Amino acid sequence: MGKKVLLIEDEPNIIEAVSFILSRDGWDVKTHSNGHDAMEAVRLREPDLIILDVMLPGKSGFDILAEIRVDADFAATPVLMLTARGQTKDREMAERAGASQYMTKPFSNADVLAAVRDLVGA
Amino acid sequence: MAILNVLILVCVLYVVLLFVVAFGADRAAAQGRGSWLASPLVYTLSLSIYCTAWTFYGAVGFAARSGLEFVTIYLGPTLVMIGWWWTLRRLVRVGRSQRITSIADLISSRYGKSNLLAVLVTVLAVIGTTPYIALQLQSVTLSFAAFAETDLAATTLPDMQSTALWVAMGLALFTILFGTRNLDANERHHGVVMAIAMEAVVKLCALLAVGVFVVWGLADGIAGTLDRIEASEIARFEVSSARWVGLTMLSGAAFLCLPRMFQVMVVENENEDHLRTAVWAFPAYLMLMSLFVIPIAAVGLDMMPEGANPDLFVLTLPLMDGRDGLAILSFLGGFSSATSMVIVAAIALSTMVSNHVVMPIWLHFSGGAAMVSGDVRNVALLARRLSIAGVVFLGYLYFRLSGGGTALAAIGLIAFVGVAQFLPALMGGLFWRGATKTGALLGLSLGAAVWLYCLFLPSFGPSLILPQSVFDHGLWGLTWLRPYALFGAEGMDPVVHAVMWSMLINTSVFVAGSLLSFPQPLERLQGAQFVNVFDHSGTPGGWTGGMAQSEDLLIMSQRIMGAREAQALFAAAAQRQGVAGYLPEPSPDFLQELERVLSGSVGAATAHAMISQIVGGAAVSVEDLMAVADETAQIMEYSSQLEAKSQELARTARQLREANEKLTQISVQKDGFLSQISHELRTPMTSIRAFSEILRDTGDLSAQEQSKYASIIHDEAVRLTRLLDDLLDLSVLENGQVVLNTQTGRLDDLLDRAERAAGVQGGALRVVRDRLAEDVELTSDLDRLAQVFINLIANARKYCDGQPPVLTIRPTITDGQLVLDFSDNGSGIPAKQQAVIFEKFSRIGETKAGGAGLGLAICREIMARLGGSVSYLPGQKGAAFRVSLPLEMRLAAQ
Repeated sequence: MGKKVLLIEDEPNIIEAVSFILSRDGWDVKTHSNGHDAMEAVRLREPDLIILDVMLPGKSGFDILAEIRVDADFAATPVLMLTARGQTKDREMAERAGASQYMTKPFSNADVLAAVRDLVGA
Repeated sequence: MAILNVLILVCVLYVVLLFVVAFGADRAAAQGRGSWLASPLVYTLSLSIYCTAWTFYGAVGFAARSGLEFVTIYLGPTLVMIGWWWTLRRLVRVGRSQRITSIADLISSRYGKSNLLAVLVTVLAVIGTTPYIALQLQSVTLSFAAFAETDLAATTLPDMQSTALWVAMGLALFTILFGTRNLDANERHHGVVMAIAMEAVVKLCALLAVGVFVVWGLADGIAGTLDRIEASEIARFEVSSARWVGLTMLSGAAFLCLPRMFQVMVVENENEDHLRTAVWAFPAYLMLMSLFVIPIAAVGLDMMPEGANPDLFVLTLPLMDGRDGLAILSFLGGFSSATSMVIVAAIALSTMVSNHVVMPIWLHFSGGAAMVSGDVRNVALLARRLSIAGVVFLGYLYFRLSGGGTALAAIGLIAFVGVAQFLPALMGGLFWRGATKTGALLGLSLGAAVWLYCLFLPSFGPSLILPQSVFDHGLWGLTWLRPYALFGAEGMDPVVHAVMWSMLINTSVFVAGSLLSFPQPLERLQGAQFVNVFDHSGTPGGWTGGMAQSEDLLIMSQRIMGAREAQALFAAAAQRQGVAGYLPEPSPDFLQELERVLSGSVGAATAHAMISQIVGGAAVSVEDLMAVADETAQIMEYSSQLEAKSQELARTARQLREANEKLTQISVQKDGFLSQISHELRTPMTSIRAFSEILRDTGDLSAQEQSKYASIIHDEAVRLTRLLDDLLDLSVLENGQVVLNTQTGRLDDLLDRAERAAGVQGGALRVVRDRLAEDVELTSDLDRLAQVFINLIANARKYCDGQPPVLTIRPTITDGQLVLDFSDNGSGIPAKQQAVIFEKFSRIGETKAGGAGLGLAICREIMARLGGSVSYLPGQKGAAFRVSLPLEMRLAAQ
């Protein structure tokens, strides 16, 4: 069985696309679509990798990332951040908050796959 | 047909006529056709409620018992009308400029809007008026009984008690119907005034007709009448000069102070200039009323059997002679006198009771929250209606308990002495700036106490309330406390005795109390307002509304005045201040205007209390100033003006700060513009790119998957196009390059279309429409207008969080303008956000439920192009938007 990926994203079409790509590559993909209880989802799923959108309803991706990093169980879990706002300010914020990698939408499917493999070290 | 039945029929017809007249006058006034209603003649006639049944029947009885003394009752008001016309004008001017609702309101308003004083005046007025109402009921039943006695066909005598009860119920109904149509007691009761004016004519005609009949029909002309007068006891009565002067002064004072006189003279006054006519016309009316009193009394004493009640000569003389028609007219005259007095007294007293007793108690128990959440308007109306019924019922009860005996006959003068106690506080308040609340309270209480002890309680007769021993040896055996010989003043007429002591004590305590006490700031300001009413009509600064919440004020005012009136008032004030929307700055001027308007509905003291609960203690800061400033009224006013100036500066600074905040906010939004555009474009592009790569790179996709992914790509492409369309649309609208396509159509069709397009069908949102009001044709760019409606309805569908969500669309039309309110039952939009929702890309919160946040910005641009506007309507329960536009768009507007 493949490694576990948790995708936190609120656009249904993007969820479907990313799930499709990763599942075909042998990943076990779980999804979650709002910011309020994203942290509970992380604790429940105990993923090997988290893909996190920046603009989520209820709570911003940066805040969720900060909570992940504070939690001892997930401080080292790799996090790939996705954003639709391609400004350098956002990239800096993500790096400061502890993102492992940062990607701007729209992305190529191959890049996402490569980044995921790279981050988990598979 | 038996005469009693005829009488009942005539009575019922007469009452129906009164209803028709009152209804017609109300209708005419409502439709703006009632300029004749506001004539000086109607005003003068309405003043004639001074002549009650007590004067109609009683004057003849008075003359038969004590000669010319009855003239004093007419002389007092005549002297006041002619000699004190300057005072009357001042009274009317103050009443109008301060929107006074009653004499209690006037006195309370003058002495720092003290509710304690208002309650005292109200209680005294109720005590003084109740027996008077009983007297009117008695006169109707007695005159009815006089008919019954002569009616041989009547098998049983009608029950006096039930006659009185029917009359009381009818009067209460009439008064409630026509006296409480508007909450604003300061508005004119056209129907009531018109009915009273008609009754004034009826009673005058009736008395003159009886007089003519008596002189020329019974007494062989003028010479014969004079002979009979000469022969009767009337010529031999000696009137003591003390009683003469005392009664004249007393009736003059009562003329000014009686609650019902105050109601017609000040509250119902339409135009100050009407006083000019009333000054000569009202004394003329009184003269005509008294013209035949002596002849009727003399002929009655001569012709009627021994022991006949002289109070009923006006009625029994025609009856004795078999002139049934004339007798019925005379009965109607008495009936008119009685009913008009009860109606006006009930209106005046109910206003006082509900404004100064019921409302303050209700507000106290329901707390400040009631002004915002409770329905103050209905409570006030209900309180007033119940008070009317209560006042009339009290009168009936008094009539029952006193047995309708002769004890009632003397009550007229006793009531006069009671209300005359208001005079020192009233006149002092109008002319003397040094008069204070403490002085007024003490003078009024002591005067009232003397009146109760020396005149009112003894009037029930010995041993009923006051034991005989008190009459003989005084209270607690102190001989100087005998009710008819206070301080050893023995041998005086009881009425003159009570007038002398009560007025003397009242006035001197009032003056001494005022000199020794120090007025509060608000009293000083009001005092200056009243005393110098002719010098300045504006009020010196009393409110400092720095921290007032305009929205809370609007919510409160809507509860009291009704939503439309309150919104109009606020919008007008906002426009004067140059502020857009419905929320004016709570400037002192505006708060004062609001307080005056509200006091027309609930009285000065209550209005002041309501506003200060929201605005916060305005008087406190003035009081603080007082402590440091030199204690003179001039400096006091000067510093209050200074304070108003500094408040104004602070307000300007706040406005600048707000403008700056808004600019910063907009600039932040402009900064965010690129980032927003980027986000809105990139999100659909992400899906398109991802799925197109999947379609390209994945070999073994099922046909189903292929078609699903292709349609996602298609939908996202459509979404992108829509966004670009919106952006383009907005840019075109903003640059004014739009071409309008004017069509004519019906509002309901347009709203149907918008509802369908907004996707309401099958969803949770219920849309409440007013089909009847939507039956309107309008000419405009209907497609653009539909775009606005769709946007507003779709917003409610997406954002309204009511359970269940309901959107109400309410159209109103005024002056060729269509105003549409879209209000939902959700949690509304926070005040901070209200300023920016019409800006581009503004979305509340981080939700992605909607589009790009361009909808309202587009709506605003469209409405501007259509010559109308769309704005957020604050102070409703949920989110509310108001769209207004001309019914026919002029081409020039393009």
